[in-house]
Amino acid sequence: MSRSVIPFGPQHPVLPEPLHLKLVMEDEKIVEAIPAIGYVHRGLEKLTEVKEYTQNVFVVERICGICSFMHAMAYCQGIESLMEIQIPDRARYLRVIWAELHRIHSHLLWLGLLADAFGFESLFMQVWRNREKVMDIMEETAGSRVIISTNAIGGTRRDISKDMLLKIRVIVDEIKEDMKQLEPVFFNDYTVKHRLVGVGVLTSEDAYSLGAVGPMARASGISQDLRTTGYAAYGELDFEPVVEKDGDSYARTMVRLKEVYQSVSLIKQAIANIPEGEISVPVKGNPNGEVIARVEQPRGEVLYYLKGNGTKNLERLRVRTPTFANIPTLLKMLPGSQLADVPVLILTIDPCISCTER
Amino acid sequence: MFDMLGSVLKNLVSRPATRKYPFEKREPLKDTRGQVGINIDDCIFCSICSRKCPSDAINVNKAEKSWEINHFKCVMCGVCAEVCPKKCVDMVEQYKTPAYSKSSAKYVQQPKPASQDNKTA
Repeated sequence: MSRSVIPFGPQHPVLPEPLHLKLVMEDEKIVEAIPAIGYVHRGLEKLTEVKEYTQNVFVVERICGICSFMHAMAYCQGIESLMEIQIPDRARYLRVIWAELHRIHSHLLWLGLLADAFGFESLFMQVWRNREKVMDIMEETAGSRVIISTNAIGGTRRDISKDMLLKIRVIVDEIKEDMKQLEPVFFNDYTVKHRLVGVGVLTSEDAYSLGAVGPMARASGISQDLRTTGYAAYGELDFEPVVEKDGDSYARTMVRLKEVYQSVSLIKQAIANIPEGEISVPVKGNPNGEVIARVEQPRGEVLYYLKGNGTKNLERLRVRTPTFANIPTLLKMLPGSQLADVPVLILTIDPCISCTER
Repeated sequence: MFDMLGSVLKNLVSRPATRKYPFEKREPLKDTRGQVGINIDDCIFCSICSRKCPSDAINVNKAEKSWEINHFKCVMCGVCAEVCPKKCVDMVEQYKTPAYSKSSAKYVQQPKPASQDNKTA
């Protein structure tokens, strides 16, 4: 059968960000997918070499809009371990609260986009209405909706008042309740299942050998969640990684939806256990030496390699983002699938191209 | 099949989730980082804000007694307001409205006859 090449992206209604795929087709079936990235490279890694290490917090936050807090958190944790800074307990809990809020809004954004990808507009609207509640919490606690800039080396820049903590607890409960109402649509609706069940199956062995991270790995039965390593205050909170066995798009949806509930539970635990006290410690000196910092982002594990040379500028900063690790799994899933499933398949890896290209 | 029915019926009778924006504007929340403002009369032109700014948006000239900010470079992180020793730089809650051209705002401190009167008195 003759082959034809269909370009998919970088401009496509389903893609929030510019990913380009050359799809080699046989009729409606994909035989090969060739990715091309590089449309939104901004040279942020190079920029971190000319900025001071304290200013870099704001640079790394702008690597990605959706998980900006976790980028700053990974960077700060790296520099803190390099300079042997012990941050106050309250700051560790505040970081967990903001990080989990980010995870909720990222997963809700994704669930909405997935509904949009298979043409379920009203479900998309319902999910995003819920997400707006998280954005309002962000603005009220941090002063900004998306890039909240509350992380600093040595702790956090803002505190959350007691009243606000109680308010957050009520709002996350509301979000959980609303998502419980929408849950049957994702899990049981005939049309939704038709688009998700058995689409893009990634076996556990493939996920492992291709180095899948985050919800991609967990949906394929690999119980891998960096939060279990206990950074920030995660070691003092009670949770289990959400794992599904099937490895298809439906399993990945289930993992992300259940992680919303998990984040709600983590936020409530953090609010219940948060100690009083300082939120930051003063930082003196310059980082020297090299370190690797890892944090679990909504999309999976992010890895920061930091190298300081005793001056206020870093010698090298390198980021390995979760989407970069998950693109090989996408290329494994695409061959053999139908053209109509491509938008859903691309979305299920939750691509963040601006992260990947920096 | 009818999983959405409950939500649909609820949405039919409830108020819209969005505001009718141009007619109904939301008040900015407390401590929102809307834009950087300065009380130029209190400024001592120490340039700490300019040095700490991660996006090099602030220019301070001690000789001219001027303080200049490029709002289009500013990333609204609020570091300038944090480090200001006189607390004359602050984050204003109201967002900056869109502009037709990219320009920076320059503030020049006027000589203070009133303060000199105070000194002599």
